Amino acid sequence: MNMMSESAVEKALDQKMSDASHKMIGKDVSVYYGEKRALFDVNLNVRENTVTALIGPSGCGKSTFLRCLNRMNDTIENCRVTGKITLDTDDIYDNNIDVVELRARVGMVFQKPNPFPKTIYENISYGPRIHGLSKNKADMDQIVEASLQRAGLWTEVKDRLHESGTGLSGGQQQRLCIARAIAVSPEVILMDEPCSALDPIATAKVEELIHELRANYTIVIVTHSMQQAARVSQRTAMFHLGQLVEENDTDKMFTNPDDQRTQDYIMGRFG
Amino acid sequence: MNTSLILLILAIIGIAGYVTGARYSMALVGGISSKLHSRPGYYGSFVAVWAILPAVVILFVWLVASPIYISSSVRGAFPEEVKTQSQAEQGLSYGMITSIARGMNALTGDEIARVENNPVELRAALGAKGVPLAGDPQPFMVKAAAVLNRMTFVSRILMTIVVLAVSIGGAFFAYRQIAPRFRARNRVEKVVLGSLVVASSIAILTTIGIVASMLTEAAHFFTAIPAWEFFFGTVWDPRFAAAGSGGSEGQFGLIPLLLGTLYIGFVAMLFAVPIGLFSAIYMSEYASPKVRSVAKPLLEVLAGIPTIVYGFFALTTVGPFLRDISSQLNGLVTGDYANFIQAQSVLTAGFVMGIMLIPYVSSLSDDIITAVPRALRDGSLGLGATRSETIKKVVLPAALPGIVGALLMTASRAVGETMIVVLAAGVAARLQINPFEPMTTVTVKIVNQLTGDLEFTSPQTLVAFALGITLFAITLCLNIYALYIVRKYREQYE
Repeated sequence: MNMMSESAVEKALDQKMSDASHKMIGKDVSVYYGEKRALFDVNLNVRENTVTALIGPSGCGKSTFLRCLNRMNDTIENCRVTGKITLDTDDIYDNNIDVVELRARVGMVFQKPNPFPKTIYENISYGPRIHGLSKNKADMDQIVEASLQRAGLWTEVKDRLHESGTGLSGGQQQRLCIARAIAVSPEVILMDEPCSALDPIATAKVEELIHELRANYTIVIVTHSMQQAARVSQRTAMFHLGQLVEENDTDKMFTNPDDQRTQDYIMGRFG
Repeated sequence: MNTSLILLILAIIGIAGYVTGARYSMALVGGISSKLHSRPGYYGSFVAVWAILPAVVILFVWLVASPIYISSSVRGAFPEEVKTQSQAEQGLSYGMITSIARGMNALTGDEIARVENNPVELRAALGAKGVPLAGDPQPFMVKAAAVLNRMTFVSRILMTIVVLAVSIGGAFFAYRQIAPRFRARNRVEKVVLGSLVVASSIAILTTIGIVASMLTEAAHFFTAIPAWEFFFGTVWDPRFAAAGSGGSEGQFGLIPLLLGTLYIGFVAMLFAVPIGLFSAIYMSEYASPKVRSVAKPLLEVLAGIPTIVYGFFALTTVGPFLRDISSQLNGLVTGDYANFIQAQSVLTAGFVMGIMLIPYVSSLSDDIITAVPRALRDGSLGLGATRSETIKKVVLPAALPGIVGALLMTASRAVGETMIVVLAAGVAARLQINPFEPMTTVTVKIVNQLTGDLEFTSPQTLVAFALGITLFAITLCLNIYALYIVRKYREQYE
């Protein structure tokens, strides 16, 4: 009896630990665009306070999977998702889940910087305002400043908060978009090739930022650059032809991958 | 040889030139077309262009110039007593000569010899051939007609020879130029470019011409009526133009017409803007592709209905309906079944014009809303904004300048619209603010002043040009401002 309960407790603890470390769990996720199947039964878990990189050749389904995580695929006509994805313990495709609430918890940064044609201040305050996160103007100022500081943009823009966000440089725009995502206090931040439109210096800044954000957020990043995946992530998942080939610690992935295809891709033999 | 036959021959020479040019160029390089600078078709086109273009230009210049030359030399040979007559009478004489000349071509040589010296018989003979004369011809006219006929004949022959010679010569000249490294493509493309420039300048020149003619006529008007009386007058009462009297001074106040135009336009926009914008938002943001593919063309069918049809829709359906419903309402409230909305009223015209404008508003705004980058929508949705928050706070503000531009363009259509207001707004030029009463617009008054028998010397008629140029200035300003706004908006995303 005692023994039984002890092992049960241990099991429960294990279970809890693995649950805690897995912020999001994808189980048998498949995606169809009309008749075309883009993703085949992907099982991929996203660990908490970890940067997970999704790599693979173009059209392999990594962006598709990323967009499943906050249901951005809903905005695409005739896109169908099957399988199960949970955030903490909530099934995000459950009918009871409000997609708006989900996207507040799982923020997203896009490939091309897409600041709204509004002022920098309004770009940041947009999210908090629609979610009612601030009580008054001072509160909002606080949120805007904190978000910009976290995104490492505060010193650069603090004197021109009321100028248009589209007037910033590409790299600044992208960090503005990250700040905008942070302002809603999400738990997970999804990044879809956030540096592909940036020059190397801006890229370095964004990567540094990702590194710092890891302490507070769970991050999933899609990238075409092996070096970037190696630099910023702790876990890496390799996709090929809509299938998850391998998921592993980044260090292991880039030195001694389990799968031959991963090896080939990383060595630049295809893709 | 008549003109169409000449054109046909030119076309044949052109085609022949094309074929031989293309073949010759291929033969030059032994059938290996890659050795040619241009594709063989360009060499063919080069020959064809040289064969046709200069010849056609000469043909048309000749056709325009030769009658002028012939006319002046025939008039120069008029007897002295005719030359002292007024220009108008000389013109009449020349007109008669051309008729006689035309008639004499239908007569045989014998007939001419018989009637040549007998004006009365000549007139009868020509009448029998279907060429009526206004009076008995004078002897000098018959001679002049013979001269005219001869000159026309010679001119025709000369023209035919010259044109065909130029065509063949051009073709031969171009054919001689063909060589493997000859840049035929560049030459032909220059000609194509030239024709594109000509085509676009025709539209521009026409606009300039119209404006210039309106300006000169309006200037005539302003010599009779002072400009300030026209622009600031509050009474529109042009009276009738009594021919020859010249004393019936009317009052030409623009203000009542202008206010009527703006008022009706405003009411129309009041109906068109909300409905058009809402339907544009639905079409661009909510409608599934299936719905959109059916609904959008249907909505645009509205734009294809001729405005006169809207006009009688207003006249026979909307106007009486508003009148009747107003009398019913009045009866229910006060017991007095008098209608307070006139069948022809600002409201009727504005409402029907509003319906006409819906497709313009919705179609233009739809395009502008759709042009807002998807990235902006994704960015907003990705932050957890709902669809309607995204539309209200991101999409519409981003599209706003473009939408304002579209609305201004629509407004300029409303200002220039004629047929609906002619039928639905009434013709009474009144200065009042009740939308249930008739008012009239600038366009209606232009129609009024220019229908019926006209003499283009009285201010009653010339005022139409002053009205027209005013209207043109208003719509031009609206359009320029709209284009300016739209262009500024485009820059944002490029």
